[in-house]
Amino acid sequence: MIFLQLFWVYLKIGLFNFGGGYAMLSLIQHEIVDKHGWITTQEFTDIVAISQMTPGPIGINSATYVGYTAVLNAGYPPAMAILGSAVTTISVCIPSFILVLLVSYYFTRFRKNKYVEYAFLGLRPATVGLIAAAALLLMTPDNFIDYKSILLFGAAFLLTWKLKVHPILTILLAGIAGLILY
Amino acid sequence: MPMYLALFLTFLRIGAFTIGGGYAMLPLIEREVVGRGWINKEDFYDLFTVAQTMPGIFAVNIAIFVGYKLKGIPGSVVCVLGSILPSFLIILTIALFFTQIKDNVWVEKIFKGLRPAVVALIVVPCITLAQSVGLTWKTVIISIVAALLIWLLGVSPIYIIIMAAAGGLVYGLRIKRD
Repeated sequence: MIFLQLFWVYLKIGLFNFGGGYAMLSLIQHEIVDKHGWITTQEFTDIVAISQMTPGPIGINSATYVGYTAVLNAGYPPAMAILGSAVTTISVCIPSFILVLLVSYYFTRFRKNKYVEYAFLGLRPATVGLIAAAALLLMTPDNFIDYKSILLFGAAFLLTWKLKVHPILTILLAGIAGLILY
Repeated sequence: MPMYLALFLTFLRIGAFTIGGGYAMLPLIEREVVGRGWINKEDFYDLFTVAQTMPGIFAVNIAIFVGYKLKGIPGSVVCVLGSILPSFLIILTIALFFTQIKDNVWVEKIFKGLRPAVVALIVVPCITLAQSVGLTWKTVIISIVAALLIWLLGVSPIYIIIMAAAGGLVYGLRIKRD
């Protein structure tokens, strides 16, 4: 039952997502693309692009989009796909609810908790690795079709990294470049 | 009731007008929540610090904290619904539309150009984060091993997170004892 599986997978993603939307990507890839094969790497890349360009947190945007696409790919009609996106969007928030409410009770103690501080000594460098893995997992022949792809990658990297161009503008420019080059 | 409506509309606005999510939302959330006098500045920064250490989506965590502080559990539900509704509606509209046009030759060209750029846009926050957490030659090994285990061996990021947290705890406790 894909709806129950999506619910369970996004519950896990919500619980183990430390370090923001980008760190979440490798979790989604592992569960949704690699383990269950609900969507392809290429579809996932497109979802990331659209999630970056639209308002709202990337985590919520991608959850809604992945839920929709996964159910549609499984052969259900669009109405059921909308239900799928509701399932993923809500289930990714449920662990936050439980944890934040728990922490609210013990707020001042949690804030200066030395064990939390220690755990983050390991979590912070691992988060960098998680984001790096998300990028590496997307470097596939589907996404990098020829030498022009590599040039576009380099250009987008320099624009965003060195010239501090806003990611949305970089995506728009890359889309225009795609129209011209292909 | 007006308070619930105000909370809902405020977080609806936060969800609808921040692109990129996460920390990009912070100035807007601060202006809305602190500016209205719902929470004082000091408490807000405490919330922010704790929300950073929690798993889940940062903006959602903040919404739950603020809603709970002001109106208990119903308040937190209202704030979360407000903050996720714009994403949900906008993405669904795009998804419904995109499945119709994705095989269009022009759309294909655009996405052929987009995809490598999206990968570059993930590399940039990775470097930025590496700099802001102050990686040393010792800790960068943790990042590299984590990335390679996920990428090459298909290890679940969940195990990486559990191991990293446990490793940090053991290290912290040992240093403290010495």
